Amino acid sequence: MKIHEYQAKEVFAGAGIPVPGGEVATTPTEAFEIAQRFNTPVMVKSQVHVGGRGKAGGIKYAENAEAAKVLAQKILGMDIKGLEVKKVLVTVAEDIISESYVGIILDRATKKPVIMVSPAGGVDIEEVAAKTPEKIHKLYVDPVLGLKPFQARNLAYKLYRDIGQVRKAADIIMKLYGVFWSTDASLVEINPLITNTAGEVLALDAKINIDDNGLYRQPVIEAMRDLDAEDPYEVEAREGDLSFVKLDGNIGCIVNGAGLAMATMDLVKRYGGEPANFLDIGGSSNPQKVVTAMNIILSDPKVRAILINIFGGITRCDDVANGIVAAFKQLNPTVPVVVRLTGTNEKEAYRILKSVNLPSADTLDDVVKKAIELAGVE
Amino acid sequence: MSVFINTKTRLIVQGITGRDGSFHAEQMKAYGTKVVGGVTPGKGGTKVAGIPVFNTVEEAVAKTRANASVIYVPPSFAIDAIYEAVNAGIKTIVCITEGIPANDMMKVYPYVKEHGARLVGPNCPGLISPGECKVGIMPGTIVKKGNVGVVSRSGTLTYEAIWALTMEGMGQTTCIGIGGDQVIGTNFIDCLEAFQADRSTKAIVMIGEIGGSDEEEAAAYIKKNVTKPVVAFIAGQTAPPGKRMGHAGAIISGGTGTAAEKIAALNKVGIPVAFSPTEIPQLMKELLKKSKKPKAAVKKTTTRKKPAAKKTVRKKTTAKKKTTVKKIGNKARTLKKAARKKKTTTRRK
Repeated sequence: MKIHEYQAKEVFAGAGIPVPGGEVATTPTEAFEIAQRFNTPVMVKSQVHVGGRGKAGGIKYAENAEAAKVLAQKILGMDIKGLEVKKVLVTVAEDIISESYVGIILDRATKKPVIMVSPAGGVDIEEVAAKTPEKIHKLYVDPVLGLKPFQARNLAYKLYRDIGQVRKAADIIMKLYGVFWSTDASLVEINPLITNTAGEVLALDAKINIDDNGLYRQPVIEAMRDLDAEDPYEVEAREGDLSFVKLDGNIGCIVNGAGLAMATMDLVKRYGGEPANFLDIGGSSNPQKVVTAMNIILSDPKVRAILINIFGGITRCDDVANGIVAAFKQLNPTVPVVVRLTGTNEKEAYRILKSVNLPSADTLDDVVKKAIELAGVE
Repeated sequence: MSVFINTKTRLIVQGITGRDGSFHAEQMKAYGTKVVGGVTPGKGGTKVAGIPVFNTVEEAVAKTRANASVIYVPPSFAIDAIYEAVNAGIKTIVCITEGIPANDMMKVYPYVKEHGARLVGPNCPGLISPGECKVGIMPGTIVKKGNVGVVSRSGTLTYEAIWALTMEGMGQTTCIGIGGDQVIGTNFIDCLEAFQADRSTKAIVMIGEIGGSDEEEAAAYIKKNVTKPVVAFIAGQTAPPGKRMGHAGAIISGGTGTAAEKIAALNKVGIPVAFSPTEIPQLMKELLKKSKKPKAAVKKTTTRKKPAAKKTVRKKTTAKKKTTVKKIGNKARTLKKAARKKKTTTRRK
């Protein structure tokens, strides 16, 4: 799960990491009022779950409250990579002396958190990594021992010469490491970590991505979920306990198991179609899940055919069949639906399906080919 | 013969009184696995499908001489269950539970290693050695005893591949589901090493998917250490970047972990990659035919030919990705992930 910059800054501030003052506005008037309260030049920053906000014109400098209002007017409602800006963060503009990078992610290969720092912050860190890898310093932390203050200091020395700033940065790194664990984050990032003319070290930006598996024990973070910023169908799918990702194609896919769902999508593409979605109904056999899945897929006007591919293990094919019948009764789909059910209770499933009389296929490859054929894709 | 589990496996089921635990305990027993006990705190002294239930793993081990455990408890208790099993001296632990936070896994992993135990999973379907032993949830009906070792990050996709093999008369030594999470106890390399060492395994099927770099590392390992023929499948060629595809570990981050990258790495060391799970047996047959010729050839054929029909498509992906792999490199890959599309501009007053 992703949270917005302003929310990540709240988490940072709560952990004692210094951040510039800022508040969220949803209207130009609010932006005006906030800027007026600060009574300094401000930055107006769009709050959307994508990167490259600055490049897209979603982050602007405002000399005064009037300018902030005008900019907020412009940025609110703006489309950034397909997402509408509904909130802006109005934050005090800082006098920047230096910009560094600090990030922590889970390293899958070593199964440890890795802290990365670079004195070349504020820019695209991928570029730094590609062009000047020597400017990036890494530390793999023993997850059991945790981060020791001397380690944090060693990293901070890579960023600053002034010992006062080293101490401040080391403290921020320690606290950031704490945030990584306490929020079940898969990524925490400060880019840039700045020093200003007053000599302060501040997190000018904040990013936290949360491991979905940890959300059950993160009520504060869960409450930060911005349903407005997410695809409504992905929200509906999640509430129905389905894994769903919207794509651009014309063949809707309902599959059990994530790996098989991906393999099915790949075959759709290979045989000349385009998958409209990734959808895993999961291991359980609740017929209602099929209804929810059909409903979500049918609401996509691009979908020309739906394929249902079930390899029954724990998932019982008859349960899925019951779901399909229920979905037909409730939703009355107008696009062709082709099914392939194999494994546990397969015969029973096809008996149940007789009432809706659907085309079926025996193998994975065949169900895909048939769906594409029925969709009338050349 | 088989790897990790066999007729000597004496299994306990942690979470045996739960819905999944009780159902699968019975299924495993019916398959012929020696399910010697179960553990649910507070339910000691009862029985599930004739299997005695204990309060603690320690007690279960003492009374039943169990040497393996399978875990079906909810995510919030699963980590504790792993610690408990390791602490009781169990050396083979299979965690089926889905949804364990990655942070917890990072902490438990060193503990498992230090105690010389093997953890398979979490978020996996378990293992099956056909005709000998089943630990987990794989359907026993689709497997057949034989000499192909199967290792996979997936569940139903694995069943699809196993079924395709079985239909073609190619039985299996052991099928291992290593799990779809970011942090897992046993990876491809562990399984490849075991299959290479296992005399009855004559060929290996490896099923990967997007996310991470396990497949690339496995490809390098195979080149150096595996002489048996390997056929692979990689799921997720059409997966968009930045989206978690069901499995917590199946995500393309910062442009890395793509299927094309993995396929290229595998092809580079001469491993054919099937376009569909149903194509696996066919590729395997071709490979086995070739390896019957001079033995050294198996090791050296870095340019094993793929069926002509698929050639063009694979070539394309290989060529396209080669440059990316070079450009990014291993180190930068992690960084790229961290730096995912972040950019903030700031101006002075």
